[in-house]
Amino acid sequence: MAAPEFAVPVLEEFPAVPALQPGAMAHNKPFVASAPLNGALGFPGELPEDWQPRAIAHMGELLHKYRSLRVFLDSCVHCGACTDKCHYFLGTGDPKNMPVARQDLLRSVYRRYFTLPGKLFPALVGARDLTREVLDDWFRYFNECSECRRCSVFCPYGIDTAEITMAAREILDSVGVGHKYVNEIIGKVHKIGNNLGLPGPALHNTVEGLEEDMKDETGEDVRMPVDEAGAEVLLVTPSADFFAEPHVYSLIGYAKVFHAAGIRWTLSTTASEAGNFGMFIGNYEQLHKVAGRIRQAALELGVKRVVVGECGHAWRVAYSFWNTLNGVGAGGDDHYAQLLQKQLDPRYKQPSHICEVTWDLIRRGALTLDKEANDHRVVTFHDSCNVARASRMGDVPGGQFEIPRAIIRAVANHFVEMAPGTTHEQTFCCGGGGGLLSDELIELRVKGAMPRMAALKNVVDQHGVNFMAMICAICKAQFTKVFPYYGFKMGMVGGVHQLVSDAIRLGAKQ
Amino acid sequence: MSAASLFFALLFYFATVVLVAGVAAKVYEFARTPAPLKIPTTPAPTTTFGVVLRMAREIAFFESLFKSNLWIWVFGWAFHFALLLVLLRHLRYFTEPVWAWVVWIQPFGMYAGFAMAGAAACLWARRFLVERIRYISTPSDHLMIALLLGIAASGLMMKFVTRTDIVAVKAFFLGLMRFDWQALPADAPLYVHLTLVAGLMIVFPFSKLLHAPGVFFSPTRNQVDDPREHRHLAPWAARLDA
Ligand code: SF4
Ligand code: SF4
Repeated sequence: MAAPEFAVPVLEEFPAVPALQPGAMAHNKPFVASAPLNGALGFPGELPEDWQPRAIAHMGELLHKYRSLRVFLDSCVHCGACTDKCHYFLGTGDPKNMPVARQDLLRSVYRRYFTLPGKLFPALVGARDLTREVLDDWFRYFNECSECRRCSVFCPYGIDTAEITMAAREILDSVGVGHKYVNEIIGKVHKIGNNLGLPGPALHNTVEGLEEDMKDETGEDVRMPVDEAGAEVLLVTPSADFFAEPHVYSLIGYAKVFHAAGIRWTLSTTASEAGNFGMFIGNYEQLHKVAGRIRQAALELGVKRVVVGECGHAWRVAYSFWNTLNGVGAGGDDHYAQLLQKQLDPRYKQPSHICEVTWDLIRRGALTLDKEANDHRVVTFHDSCNVARASRMGDVPGGQFEIPRAIIRAVANHFVEMAPGTTHEQTFCCGGGGGLLSDELIELRVKGAMPRMAALKNVVDQHGVNFMAMICAICKAQFTKVFPYYGFKMGMVGGVHQLVSDAIRLGAKQ
Repeated sequence: MSAASLFFALLFYFATVVLVAGVAAKVYEFARTPAPLKIPTTPAPTTTFGVVLRMAREIAFFESLFKSNLWIWVFGWAFHFALLLVLLRHLRYFTEPVWAWVVWIQPFGMYAGFAMAGAAACLWARRFLVERIRYISTPSDHLMIALLLGIAASGLMMKFVTRTDIVAVKAFFLGLMRFDWQALPADAPLYVHLTLVAGLMIVFPFSKLLHAPGVFFSPTRNQVDDPREHRHLAPWAARLDA
């Protein structure tokens, strides 16, 4: 790791709310997507001559499509309750990273063009013309929000800055100012089938290698089938699971769970990506199109269940949006939804999270687990924002917190919670979510990770924690990258199913 | 009837129309705009009844604000509860005979006036003293609190200092409601009070006071967490699959 060109925050036991440092992150420059990248998604290649009226018109369109946007723009009272809730503000001190201030970047323009007082008395109500400077501020600060929804937990009206950020990014895309990282990835999904651009043959190669590794390790023929029609389960997982570390250890974990339970499962080259970056740019058409691949794969392979691997925003999209977008779920009446309902087994939740599957098997005694295998670890659990605040597992609210923890307790003897206020629905984002996991944003990512790092340091110092488990591919990639800045070892980062993988004993039940 | 009485009569008709029509239009707009995706902030209730409870806690106790910031909660909740009592107390100017429970709450409503002014003053102080809140405050935020504080202060003044002829005030408002106009007592604090109240009514549908209807329409709070069990589809989104 080269010496950083910025000051890494010092971790305090009780991090204080920083004093305002206006412009502290003004130098942050997300890369703008090139014309071909924008064009591939149907966005203008670059900023057109008449961008201003187009952006305003697009805002007007969104106001008619999204109640959240309309209600949130109108309802904020500037009470300030959210001002100290964003990890990017806590880590940078830049006032424009306070959730309400971030919203106001958009709200001020909304007021100017869509409300009477803003048209008549702009200065009085903080309304501004949409100028090039404002547009640049949008691009900067709406790419300093990971859409983690922590602010929405604390707002008396439930105002979710993530919704504002999504709308702003959608407006930016509509005038050709896309973020390179995200738009490039969505393009890859359309072209190749996953975020990492891993083509089918490469996927086959990878899983064959992994099967051999598992054979060496366990002596069992644990399979990782690809495109096997007639399998019971279609596993849709973030493509990082196929080759990134520590992600791949969780993939091995899923395979062992299915093997031990005797469940026939398959991956799909069509649906080789659980992630859906369409959400990050707030573009419904992209969201819908990317989600459509899952429906296609499920129907082609004739599976009975669709299961999603460890990925935060992917689980949000799958749990909260799939039924809407592609009919995986109950109650849809269009053609595809009907086909899926005939095909998918109604005794299972569709889709299911891999943790739901594993926990169900553990509860039924279907897995043989050797907890001592994880005795060298003192484990803590990082709740990923999209799982915590935008989805659920199991039958009761909060299952998304209890089920992963229950699994960890079933496979490891030493489990420690981080401080309340930093976990469950108040969890802190890893700092790299929402489409910000790109290299040029490293300063933001390191600083944004500060609140989580501070909470982690406390349990490391007090309880000797040496493993932070999580269920999100972005969290894993982000932490592996930023841990060294804070003096933690990369190997402390891992998936819940990595722990499962180490504890599970195969062949014992036969 | 004096010119002043006529002015206030017309002002209140105008303010009432703006308030009612403006809020109705906004509510219609909120209601008509679809929420295409399920976005409750979780953990969220899995039943409609659960959502009703969540909203009730939010509206009666400001649950989220309580988790968020104790000072804002204390002042904010005190302010709103006091405002409620004060408004209910004022029903006596619009009803004849006055309902028994309105008579019963009169003393509470009176002290609530002080609480309302005190809480508003504290909230205003935060706008100056807390750097983060100072940063986000616009002139209209200050004006809004000034308006509310002015209403409370002029109201308390009439009650405890200058002693306005409230029997005549009541006759004036009952007259407005029955279209049988009566004179308004010539009284400076009363004029101030009524002007500010009318001003508040007029700005309501165009300002952040829309948080009052808005909270009921907030998708992160009013949606049921059941996306796997029930399909949620907006008409414009359904067309993508057609
Ligand atoms: S959604 Fe998360 S990153 Fe965005 S403003 Fe809110 S707290 Fe900050
Ligand atoms: S908590 Fe909600 S109402 Fe208060 S300033 Fe933040 S967004 Fe606005």
